[in-house]
Amino acid sequence: MSVILDIRLKRANKVYHEAEVLAGVVVITSKEAVQHQGISLTMEGLVNLQLSSKSVGVFEAFYNSVKPIQLINSNIEVAKPGKVPGGKTEIPFEFPLQVKGNKVLYETYHGVFVNIQYTLRCDMRRPLLAKDLSKTCEFIHVLQPQKSKVQPSPVDFTISPETLQNVKERNSLPKFLVRGHLDATNCVITQPLTGELVVESSEVAIKSIELQLVRVETCGCAEGYARDATEIQNIQIAEGDVCHGLPIPIYMVFPRLFTCPTLETTNFNVEFEMNVVIVLHDDHLITENFPLKLCRV
Amino acid sequence: MATNLCIAVKWHARVRKYGAELQRCQLEATPVEQGDYHPLKPIIVTDSRSRRGGRKGSTSSSSSSSSSVAMDPLSSMMEGTDPLSLFAAASASELGRKQRENEDEVGADFEPWSAKRGEILSRFTTTEKLSINLFMGSEKNKASSPSSAVSEKVRTRLEELDDLEEGSQRELLNLSQQDYVKRIEELNQSLKEAWASDQKVKALKIVIQCSKLLSDTSVIQFYPSKFVLITDILDTFGRLVYERIWSMCSDPRPQPDSFSVEDVNDTAKETCLNWFFKIASIRELIPRLYVEAAILKCNRFLNKTGIQETLPRLTAMIRGIGDPLVAVYARAYLCRVGMEVAPHLKDSLNKNFFDLLASFRQIHSDTVQNQLVIQRVEIPVYLTLYSPAIHWILQCVAYRAPDDYINCAEIWVEFTCRHFTKREVNTVLADIIKHMTPDRAFEDAYPQLQSVMKKILTYFHNFSVLFSMEKFLPFMDMFQKDSVRVEVCKSIMEVFIKHQQEPTRDPVILNALLHVCKTMHDSVNALTVEDEKRSLALLINGFIRMVSFGRDFEQQLSFCVEARATFCNLETVIIQLIHTVNQLAMETKRVMGGNHSRKTAAFVRACAAYSFITIPSLTSIFSRLHLYLLSGQVALANQCLSQADAFLKAAVSILPEVPRTISVEGKQRSSEAFLLDFINSFLSTLLVVPDHPEQGVLYLVRGLLNMVQDYTWEDNSDAKVRVYISALPLLAAMSQENYLYTIPKVDSNETLYGGDPKFVAEISRLCETLIGQVLDHLKTLGREEGVRRQGSIAFALFSVLLAHGDLRNNKLNQLAVNLWNLSHKNGYCETRTSVRTLEHIKQQAQQPELSHLSDMLLRLSLQSRA
Repeated sequence: MSVILDIRLKRANKVYHEAEVLAGVVVITSKEAVQHQGISLTMEGLVNLQLSSKSVGVFEAFYNSVKPIQLINSNIEVAKPGKVPGGKTEIPFEFPLQVKGNKVLYETYHGVFVNIQYTLRCDMRRPLLAKDLSKTCEFIHVLQPQKSKVQPSPVDFTISPETLQNVKERNSLPKFLVRGHLDATNCVITQPLTGELVVESSEVAIKSIELQLVRVETCGCAEGYARDATEIQNIQIAEGDVCHGLPIPIYMVFPRLFTCPTLETTNFNVEFEMNVVIVLHDDHLITENFPLKLCRV
Repeated sequence: MATNLCIAVKWHARVRKYGAELQRCQLEATPVEQGDYHPLKPIIVTDSRSRRGGRKGSTSSSSSSSSSVAMDPLSSMMEGTDPLSLFAAASASELGRKQRENEDEVGADFEPWSAKRGEILSRFTTTEKLSINLFMGSEKNKASSPSSAVSEKVRTRLEELDDLEEGSQRELLNLSQQDYVKRIEELNQSLKEAWASDQKVKALKIVIQCSKLLSDTSVIQFYPSKFVLITDILDTFGRLVYERIWSMCSDPRPQPDSFSVEDVNDTAKETCLNWFFKIASIRELIPRLYVEAAILKCNRFLNKTGIQETLPRLTAMIRGIGDPLVAVYARAYLCRVGMEVAPHLKDSLNKNFFDLLASFRQIHSDTVQNQLVIQRVEIPVYLTLYSPAIHWILQCVAYRAPDDYINCAEIWVEFTCRHFTKREVNTVLADIIKHMTPDRAFEDAYPQLQSVMKKILTYFHNFSVLFSMEKFLPFMDMFQKDSVRVEVCKSIMEVFIKHQQEPTRDPVILNALLHVCKTMHDSVNALTVEDEKRSLALLINGFIRMVSFGRDFEQQLSFCVEARATFCNLETVIIQLIHTVNQLAMETKRVMGGNHSRKTAAFVRACAAYSFITIPSLTSIFSRLHLYLLSGQVALANQCLSQADAFLKAAVSILPEVPRTISVEGKQRSSEAFLLDFINSFLSTLLVVPDHPEQGVLYLVRGLLNMVQDYTWEDNSDAKVRVYISALPLLAAMSQENYLYTIPKVDSNETLYGGDPKFVAEISRLCETLIGQVLDHLKTLGREEGVRRQGSIAFALFSVLLAHGDLRNNKLNQLAVNLWNLSHKNGYCETRTSVRTLEHIKQQAQQPELSHLSDMLLRLSLQSRA
């Protein structure tokens, strides 16, 4: 005698802007009629901050994790206490994504040390002896695109042994010259990062050229703050000893959920960077870093 | 004084000693050899260089494509005959049938990939051991595990487990080619199973791992076949994803291929978008490229422009592939899916081709060379590995690209013409024909095709080479619009006339040019303007003049017969043909040294017959007259008396048809002057024409004079009497014992009559009649206001009497004096002429036999105009 509770949002991509209404149905599937003491929906938005073990001690990281920041928490009743008939019952609902007061709703973001998540939970309270039923589904909050235009911010770059920093023995490096440009470092999150790169010359054959997308998460805490950079994804744009002098496209799609518009708050920051990584055949690894600013327009 | 003229004159022709006369007034003559030199003959520089072997045998056409590796019976068995491939092929063809209706799809004229597949698999084989390395885990855990650490037994066990669970890694080593094929087929099967059991992630992982195998170029000679096998899997995947998303589109189901983005619901779109996001995050370049290409068609679910934006991006992405062989096959795959999904997007196909060219030098990079050394593969063998991919890319680029195609071909043909031989040009022509024939594409490309022709003609002046190109005439056949066709024919003929140095009998040239000329001739219709006809005729004549069969005169004549039938609408050409035949008769005479054998006599008679039956078909009366006369002269020269007689008689008989006015260069002009000219030259010919035995004396002269008498001359015209005056010198010449000129081997009247008094008397009688007629005419002029004409005619007759009459005869002498006076009576006579005439007479009178002239001179007064 199992009862299945489910939430189905009308919108297939589950993406909502602030002030929009989440419409859908609560689905109750059961062979027999179900007695309950009310069905309700709870909308919750939370920022979870985690201190990395690098910044603080392992134990501290475990215990001293920063308290989650609640962004939204509202509740509506879907059904008054009563009985749901056997079979499949769909109860439609409409639930506005509306914040109380002057709180800011950040975009959904799944990171390592920072997580911003929005959920819709359906609870069915049931009489004694029967377990309460609960079902949670995540929905995605995305900021209203800003009207303003992004200033084009193209960047030209040249990578050669002379331009590198953090080199111990510059003389032992093989000679190479890579030129290129990024069309913008102020990136629109829905559009790919683009640019071009030309291997003008290289003494040692090139093994691979990659684009590394990095998140830089900063969490404020009692002892100061922790700043950690971790890889989101690595996209290879050249494999093997590519043709010299021929421009190779730089192209990377920003993954959904794992990126959001660059965020700076009092408690935490989420920023992004991109590394152009050139791996030479002798396993020399050359990295050029580009801070990015993501926005949604 | 006019009454004086009425005296009946008795004609006495002056006896002439032509030889002595000639010697007296002759300049010092330098003998020239007629055969070698003629002032009007064009200077011909003979190029004595031996012609280079233009017809080199077309050898070495066999390419190095044929692989020496014997066909493996097992691998050949695998070609599409296994149940799985059959199934796939069946569904593909079913899909294809639906697509046929769509205009955007490639047609039957595009050789499909399925046709290439088997060929590649059987051609690129190996006996070396292959390996498959599959790693189903997440990238980060990947460690280069030393495979040797795992014993053979364990490995077999792992294989037996044969599942591709998360994080599992499989490395299959030492596979024979058959094993490899089998394994790949198993993977294909696993993919389908994973998909069927809703394990989409696993399916994607299989595809990614398979695509990754394409970055591995060990056992490089097998690479093309590997490409075929793995792209089969990608095809399966692409189809599965597409069908899945399509099935998510809610009812009513949109049309499989003609739906628009609006017909796709959100769920389907979201699923599709998810696939693209997932693929965009694939770490490695080659799998990311191949997998996205495999689901290219799915862009249709998202937006209208998706495919046309994606193709250039993926094309550019291939530049990141360092290994040129891997890159070229990636391009081939992209072109393939591009052609399947959006064949109209030519730009990306072209871009692929140009990028291929731009990065071609990679083949010589150290990386590649080292690899070849290690694998012990020779460069020529290595290069053949490229051929299926490049061939495929070119096929895609060239498909239904007549516009682009012909513009390129137009340029390439010049390059080919300049640097290669006819064989290569022929190949280019064959290719042009192949491309421009479907859908009559040539109709839109006449300017370019004409330019191609122009370029060929610029570089190929040797017509035997030109026409020995197999594809030249088929190429010409593409010019189907009449005006263009004629233009092309004209340009060919212009080049021929300009550059053909020696007459030719090459049957290839003759047949081809006859065809070309016939095309020009057949374009003539009632609306063709005269100028056009003239220029066409000029070109055709140029051709006819260049045809020579040497000593094979019969052949030449039969060519003229054929040409007459072919060019019957162009009078100028017919005239040329008659001239050619006449020339042929004269040439025959020259070759025979003037002594015809029975055979050549018959031949020249045949020539005469040709002219005789051809001339009447001409509309221009003067052309007919002159040709009758000319042909008559030729017949006479060739001792064809009756033929000559017939020609001349025919000329006389059509004289009455000469209209009073004719059109000269578009203007109506009196025909009188032309007619007089003709009659004069006709008269001079008559001297040598012997009288017909069955006709009376001077039959032709009389006939001519009768015609002149009956001809309706213009009113107030003196033409008739001028003819009479002109006839007098002829008659005088005829009465001589030895004629001024004769034709070798033809007896003229001098021999026939031998100065018979009756004959001379007959001539005199005729002269007298003529003089009587002239005098009568002078009288009528005196009565009217025609005194000026009277003077002129009187003077003309005086001159004839002076030159040809025997003025010892008193009456004749008196008549001459009277005529002199008459001509000077009204002062219209030109004094200078008179003075010069008197001086001449004075000079003549110094000769003993002409001393009587000095008496007459006294009686001729030079009246002043007063």
